Amino acid sequence: MEEKKLICINCPLGCALTVAMRGNEIEAVKGNTCRRGEIYARKELTNPTRIVTSTVRVLKGCDHMVSVKTKEDVPKEKVLDCVKVLKEVTVEAPVRIGDVIVDDAAGTGVSIIATKDVRRA
Amino acid sequence: MENYDIVIIGGGPAGLAAAVSAREQGIDRVLILERDRELGGILNQCIHNGFGLHTFKEELTGPEYAGRFIAQVEEHNIEYKLNTMVMDISRDKVVTAMNREEGLFEIQAKAVILAMGCRERARGALNIPGYRPAGIFSAGTAQRLVNMEGYMPGREVVILGSGDIGLIMARRMTLEGARVKVVAELMPYSGGLKRNIVQCLDDYGIPLKLSHTVVDIKGKERLEGITLAEVDGKGKPIPGTEEFYSCDTLLLSVGLIPENELSGGMGVELNPVTSGPRVNESLETNIEGVFACGNVLHVHDLVDFVSEEAKAAGKNAAAYVLNRYPQHADGAKCVPLKVEAGVRYTVPEKICPERMEDQLKVRFRVGNVYKNCCISVYFDDKRIIHKKKAVVAPGEMEEVVLTKEQLLEVPALQTIIVKLEEA
Ligand SMILES: Cc1cc2nc3c(=O)[nH]c(=O)nc-3n(C[C@H](O)[C@H](O)[C@H](O)COP(=O)(O)OP(=O)(O)OC[C@H]3O[C@@H](n4cnc5c(N)ncnc54)[C@H](O)[C@@H]3O)c2cc1C
Ligand code: SF4
Repeated sequence: MEEKKLICINCPLGCALTVAMRGNEIEAVKGNTCRRGEIYARKELTNPTRIVTSTVRVLKGCDHMVSVKTKEDVPKEKVLDCVKVLKEVTVEAPVRIGDVIVDDAAGTGVSIIATKDVRRA
Repeated sequence: MENYDIVIIGGGPAGLAAAVSAREQGIDRVLILERDRELGGILNQCIHNGFGLHTFKEELTGPEYAGRFIAQVEEHNIEYKLNTMVMDISRDKVVTAMNREEGLFEIQAKAVILAMGCRERARGALNIPGYRPAGIFSAGTAQRLVNMEGYMPGREVVILGSGDIGLIMARRMTLEGARVKVVAELMPYSGGLKRNIVQCLDDYGIPLKLSHTVVDIKGKERLEGITLAEVDGKGKPIPGTEEFYSCDTLLLSVGLIPENELSGGMGVELNPVTSGPRVNESLETNIEGVFACGNVLHVHDLVDFVSEEAKAAGKNAAAYVLNRYPQHADGAKCVPLKVEAGVRYTVPEKICPERMEDQLKVRFRVGNVYKNCCISVYFDDKRIIHKKKAVVAPGEMEEVVLTKEQLLEVPALQTIIVKLEEA
């Protein structure tokens, strides 16, 4: 049996996880404070994903920029592509938290949504 | 002069949660004063995710987390004034503030909650020789520029200090197309959260050099590069270890310090270790009816704990206004908390058993990285808590829970001691 050490990144507690592996099979996860830690360990060792956060330029708003995120996590290797897509996007105020900014980010099937309200100037 | 029951200084997560909690206890006249043009505090520029898992059971970005509390403030019709800078608070709780519409004005408060947050340590605090060319920013300033103004400070970046803001900015600037060459940390351990090292540095192959510092800055008008060197156990650069990095931007992420000019000015006693007020179990300072919570009290890494602490401060301030708060004159006595071996401070610093809730979280930080140790609490010389930890580090706040029952069982208790012991 092989042991892999990981740090859960799902919340700032950053639990130190120990994963017992048999070949490619995950036998047990230890060290997690909550269930998300185990889910994370399983995913990180098979199909690592991340939430992407960035900003998009706003026209006619009280702020210049609105913060956004992918609604769900996307494959780790798609992170940069998602950010690139956003460079080309501008939105017009008003923007509300949860508004869809991009429908399908870089072919991931995941939408990008606003995470801040921006009122019209 | 206008009168309010509770005036809250600062509309960040601490001020917002304190206001909502005070209102929920039945206080009508609550006012938040915020110098910025919006509520939410530092969270507005923290666009990354990782907030609120403990409070809302979902993972939010900074603005979303703030948005939840702003919505609660609006629902409760809590009054707030934006673009309003508090200039002074007197010992008898007259708050002097200033804004464009009203000019300079005064408010008489029955209770005050300090929630001013913290600011970044200045670069003057760093001992870097040489010129001060353009291109040197604090990490928080860079965060504001990139996330709120949409302006990139540079293309080739070195970061000094491994505090969370520096780590977050390493990733952010990488995603925006910059090359972050290295993060250097003076201490032999990182000051940031482990998760940020994993997902901000490791994910992007950015090296973290521990026990390293900047020994030289090149460039007169604009930064051209910096020299890093390894330091010995005493923080002195080791000759022969110098390495040059060309860069146009140097970000400093060397820590945060509670914003306590106002508190000091009104005579609130500060703890030299935290630079925040000394408080009792109710988060009340040495001045009766003046409470503190959030980063102004001690620097937090988790906003969830800020909200939790602020909720308690709001509740206690409400009890004070409603005369439900036992005073020392009524025979309430306090037991001091002392720290030893490895523990740097505790919040609170004293506990009144009569006044405390059934359970009280005592939060603290350690001074170094310790492996396989125990967190121990002694009531005088009797050990009552002995909690095993695989690792504790200065970057992560620790806590122990004391119960009212435990304290009431020992009426002659003189001192509570929190320390680290070998496992
Ligand atoms: C870069 C960064 C990243 C972080 N990342 C995370 C994370 O991933 N997860 C997490 O859980 N936590 C994170 N935190 C921690 C969390 O954001 C803070 O602990 C929290 O915001 C502190 O709240 P606060 O209300 O005490 O202070 P602040 O948010 O700083 O609010 C203080 C408010 O007081 C106002 N103020 C100050 N002085 C005056 C005055 N004289 N008059 C009027 N108003 C005044 C300020 O304008 C400000 O709005 C991060 C913090 C930073 C800085
Ligand atoms: S296991 Fe749970 S508590 Fe621990 S870091 Fe992961 S999400 Fe946070």
